[in-house]
Amino acid sequence: MLELHKVHKHFGGLQAVDNVSFTVATGCIKGVIGPNGAGKSTLFNLIACNTPLSSGSIRLNGREIQGLKAYQTAALGIARTFQNIKLFSGMKVLECVMVGAHTRGRAGFLAGMLPLPKHRREEAAIRDKSMACLEFLNIADLAHSPTDALAFGQQRAVELARALAADPQLLLLDEPAAGLNIYETAELGRLITTIREQNITVLLVEHDMSLVMDICDEIVVLSSGRKLAEDSPTNIQRNPEVIAAYLGEDHEPAR
Amino acid sequence: MVGQMRTSQAKLGLLVAAVVLVQFFTSITGTEYYLTQLTMAAYYGLVVIGLCALMGYAGQISIGHAGFFAIGGYISALLTTYDLTPFAASPVVGLLKQAGLLFTWENLYGESLLTCAPWTAGLAAITVAALVALVLGVPVLKLRGHYLAMATLGFGTIIYRMVLALPAFGEADGISQVPGFVLLPAGLLSPGAIMITGESNLRIFNYYVAWTVLLLGLLLLLNLMTRSRSGRALRALHGSEEAAEACGVDTSRAKLQVFVLSAVYAALAGVLLTHFNEGIGPEEATVMKSVRYVALVAVGGMTSLWGALIMGVGLSFLSLRGVFGSYDDAVFGLILLAVMLFAPGGLLQLSNRIPWRRLWPATRHRQS
Repeated sequence: MLELHKVHKHFGGLQAVDNVSFTVATGCIKGVIGPNGAGKSTLFNLIACNTPLSSGSIRLNGREIQGLKAYQTAALGIARTFQNIKLFSGMKVLECVMVGAHTRGRAGFLAGMLPLPKHRREEAAIRDKSMACLEFLNIADLAHSPTDALAFGQQRAVELARALAADPQLLLLDEPAAGLNIYETAELGRLITTIREQNITVLLVEHDMSLVMDICDEIVVLSSGRKLAEDSPTNIQRNPEVIAAYLGEDHEPAR
Repeated sequence: MVGQMRTSQAKLGLLVAAVVLVQFFTSITGTEYYLTQLTMAAYYGLVVIGLCALMGYAGQISIGHAGFFAIGGYISALLTTYDLTPFAASPVVGLLKQAGLLFTWENLYGESLLTCAPWTAGLAAITVAALVALVLGVPVLKLRGHYLAMATLGFGTIIYRMVLALPAFGEADGISQVPGFVLLPAGLLSPGAIMITGESNLRIFNYYVAWTVLLLGLLLLLNLMTRSRSGRALRALHGSEEAAEACGVDTSRAKLQVFVLSAVYAALAGVLLTHFNEGIGPEEATVMKSVRYVALVAVGGMTSLWGALIMGVGLSFLSLRGVFGSYDDAVFGLILLAVMLFAPGGLLQLSNRIPWRRLWPATRHRQS
């Protein structure tokens, strides 16, 4: 579904992402891991079209997405969450999630000023969909709370609900477990597997190894912008190059 | 959200009742002259709620809205006072006349003038303001915060200097003897023409026209901001442009739309108030006016169209009555300063901080 081909990105002289290629198959959960500064977040921003590529190509269902604006990728079915949570302050939780369903509506600016029946129906459909997403994440009781008044874990859940409200084909999760305790992380793992069952492909960047090893079908390891390995979780754990990248070149396995 | 709709309907009902009561009260007590300033204040209120949508909801500041007001007022004034009689023979003027875009009227000195009809002039003025907002908005709305504020300030200054410098706009004198804005020609419903004008026999009528325009403008903005997909997108981009983009919101387009809309509100107010006052002067285009509109949005509570409307009309009314004397501009500067320091949520929100229950123990019993 998602193909990255020889993706390069440099900022000035810094090669943030260097010749990375991999594919994400429909319906799978793929993890991207790597030490700090490996280029994971940059890679994510490239896929979400927040930053343009230096060279290479990224295709979604065979369609080239590089050069599109971020909002256009949303319409193609890519939804994302942010590492440092970005909720819409000043809005209620339900409204915030309804923004996630923006691409499901058509009502334009002027139509918004006149509540025509057609648009009222559309609004109702968006509201129902958003409410369903909140229920799916067990936070329906927060629907009318202001987003600014939420606990950290709740904020993450709302962000996830907002991404799901778009009915995405591909869900990009940027460190979804950051700041969560082990129980919440385990719960998140179960949630992500349930999301996959709804035919949503998941690509996640994560530091929490327990989560990545538990739920991912495949893992890509990045180090200094380059792809170090791409394999199943069990093989990644045994890969000497990966161990070296994480623990340092000098590390030798105990004999 | 249904509850939200009900409270906003209740508020609207209260406001309409207040508007009618004020008119009755002034008619009974013979103080109808108050209605003149309330009419003017309502038009200023229209600028303020339009700016509130832009600033409070979409988070984009403009310190140049007096510029849009002036574009509306000045162009409408110019087109309705520029005498086309010398060109009456030209085919273009003949064509315009046949299309009903021109009208003939008599000025104070009994001279007969052939000018653009107010409808034509007003629509042209608003269209120009919208186009200027569009052309200005494309580059300027890429800026954020202080930079956007400074760029719009620059725009406001340009408009001010232009109306001061151009002879067509009357330089320091502005344009006077602007005809009334005819809504219904003479003889259709009443012997005289029904129009937006400062004439005292149409004072009550004009008071209601202004408030109808203002309340309709408010309703449209309330629909947009609280119950529509586009309004939600605007409030979302205020919170985080990046996240709004990720949700599929074309943020540049959304910002441009609300910028043009608020410019149209300001220009419409400029057109109608100019015909009501029968003239417009350069003081309407000053930077101080723009700052005043910002202050009124702030004191109303930024993200409250109701607050903006009430504060916008209320304080404009006091200012027009001359309550602040020669300290008028200073008062608005002080208001802006005080609101930012002590009540960033606006004056109306201060009432939430007052311990009503302690002041009025009965409510405590009722609640428990």
